[in-house]
Amino acid sequence: MSDIAIRVNDLGKRYRLGALHSSNYHTLRESLVGLFQPREKVPNGHIWALRNVSFDVKKGQVLGVVGRNGAGKSTLLKLLSRVTEPTEGEAEIHGRVGSLLEVGTGFHPELTGRENIYLNGAILGMKRTEIERKFDEIVEFAEVDKFIETPVKRYSSGMYLRLAFAVAAHLEPEILVVDEVLAVGDAEFQRKCLGKMGDVAREGRTVLFVSHNMSAVLRLTDETIVIDQGGLIMRAPTPEAVDFYLSRGFAQEGQRIWENGEVPLSAAPFRPLAVRVQNGQGKVVNTIRSIEENALEIEYSLSAPVTGLRVGIYLMSTRGEYVFTSFDTDDSADFERLAVRPAGRYLSRCTLPANFLNEGRFVVGVNASSYRVKRYFQDEQALTFTVDAAGAPGMHWPEARLGPVRPRLNWHVEAIEA
Amino acid sequence: MTTTDSGRLKAAESAKGNMTVRTESPVTLIRPPRGWQAVNLRDLWLYRELIYFLTWRDIKVRYKQAVLGIAWAIIQPIVTMVVFTFIFNQFLNVKPDEGISEAWYPIFAFAGLLPWQFFQGALQRASTSLVSNANLLTKVYFPRLIIPSSAVAAGLVDFAFSFVIMIGLMIYFGVPFTVQLLWLPVFLLVALLTALAVGLWLSALNVQYRDVQHMVPFLLTIWMYVSPVVYPIDIINVSKFWQVIYALNPMVGVIQGFRWALFGTNPPGWMFFVSLGMVLVLLVSGIFYFRRMERTFADLI
Repeated sequence: MSDIAIRVNDLGKRYRLGALHSSNYHTLRESLVGLFQPREKVPNGHIWALRNVSFDVKKGQVLGVVGRNGAGKSTLLKLLSRVTEPTEGEAEIHGRVGSLLEVGTGFHPELTGRENIYLNGAILGMKRTEIERKFDEIVEFAEVDKFIETPVKRYSSGMYLRLAFAVAAHLEPEILVVDEVLAVGDAEFQRKCLGKMGDVAREGRTVLFVSHNMSAVLRLTDETIVIDQGGLIMRAPTPEAVDFYLSRGFAQEGQRIWENGEVPLSAAPFRPLAVRVQNGQGKVVNTIRSIEENALEIEYSLSAPVTGLRVGIYLMSTRGEYVFTSFDTDDSADFERLAVRPAGRYLSRCTLPANFLNEGRFVVGVNASSYRVKRYFQDEQALTFTVDAAGAPGMHWPEARLGPVRPRLNWHVEAIEA
Repeated sequence: MTTTDSGRLKAAESAKGNMTVRTESPVTLIRPPRGWQAVNLRDLWLYRELIYFLTWRDIKVRYKQAVLGIAWAIIQPIVTMVVFTFIFNQFLNVKPDEGISEAWYPIFAFAGLLPWQFFQGALQRASTSLVSNANLLTKVYFPRLIIPSSAVAAGLVDFAFSFVIMIGLMIYFGVPFTVQLLWLPVFLLVALLTALAVGLWLSALNVQYRDVQHMVPFLLTIWMYVSPVVYPIDIINVSKFWQVIYALNPMVGVIQGFRWALFGTNPPGWMFFVSLGMVLVLLVSGIFYFRRMERTFADLI
């Protein structure tokens, strides 16, 4: 039994409806009034954020956890890191749990980098001697040695993140729970974080890795669980689980529409409205044909003029390989013409040439940013679509073709020696 | 409820090299909570350094951007003392306890303000402590008792500064120092426990009912007038029954004790024990209530 790091048995967490929403505290008056009134029975006043979840994780295993927003991933992590308590079931945890639920938890803007390292370390459960021992390593990893006596409120957001991640990454728990830390920070920082997590895994510690970044999940984990609507619906080798997850639940109808509450406030003035896949006939579809010219379009609005905006797409295969990245102002003439986009509603549309994609499923990510200024919005899995290769080159051999693209190349065959 | 079992596992004895690495990993059981919980002392002990760090953060942050910085800890009691002396002593003719020269009223008031302002500050910070640390509560596990505890402890630094002023005033007024002074820490501890006990109740209530935030300043104003801060305890010249009721206020015993330790006025008698009993009742009930509510903090806050 000692090779088990985490054993979860029928774990469940029930929330009272309303407790999930913004006005989650009561006034005393409401409660006092409630005392004198017969209790109103709310038949479905509860919601199970997680139920009947059982799994175990071996020591040294890196387990991916994927699921849509609100599927119950965060609840699971909160239960395992003891932030909240379960309603039913139980979990057994062997070893110290370090959670990277949100980097920088407990950082105080007025305190210096040095002071925050100590404070944050203590909050995450490190002993003072342990922090002292790792102090230099943390500072070096975060690359903030020149600013270590500066209050962190004067740090750039990149420095702030690096420092926060550095403290958490040096916690050295037996079990590390990582939630979406990679959603923030620049590419360089992300690479560094992934590298550090890879080290953690190689040292034989157990990692629970929760992310929307499928390529990171594919890179770091061998096995993944898929959570949906509060239940564990699949546990499989990562490529299989990721494929299952991407093909399930996400917009199957060929478009993704963002509702009001789905867009983070930080995206303003950018507001994504929809992203669509259209076939050669201009119809919004879920499956396109490889041999036709298809199109991708992003509809969005700007509530204020934006300088240097670029709106673009990533295309990724469900195996986590990027196929390409393209922005609507990749043409420098367009970039100059659209230097400032006034407020209003926009449609950025591009064509996918015929004879381009191989058969299979693809994921469309959306990015809206001003280079080196701000990333307004990013959704790495906005939409998935399927490519049908009927009529594509080589279809007379019924075998799977490797690679995400399937171009029709001009082959020329000649006999050079008779 | 979550318990850290003392059951330990001897993990992998590494065969590599000539060194035997033996890692002890505690087993944590996560289960639905049942009923009332006592304090998990073991857990508190494991996180003892966090109390220190949070206290230190509170103190540091409080004075970091204030021009006068820590001087505020001195200005407040001195200005209050001067105002009280004019209003209560000069105009309303309130006298200090018997056995203290009337000219000593300022220092008599200061001796009352010393524990009172400590208590007031500690209770104010403690009652809002959980809500103002909401980001910690929803992200990381640690024994929640640490938050109000460190909020109370952060008041000790201010106390130390005003205590230095007290010593200075005693020298200035020519008050003799006696061995009774050694009792002072005991009364300070009672004040601290009172602030903690009430702070536990109010901070936990504040998570659910934000009314508490509005109630605390009002509560403290009333509380000061039912404590012998500006007047001597002798003027509570009522029947024994009402005296017992009066002494249920733990600050009565604390302030009486402070004046006794500093000036040798009437020693704290039975009233102090009534106060002490009340502190214990508040503290034990506060801990249980807090532990009961603790499990919903992260969901409600």
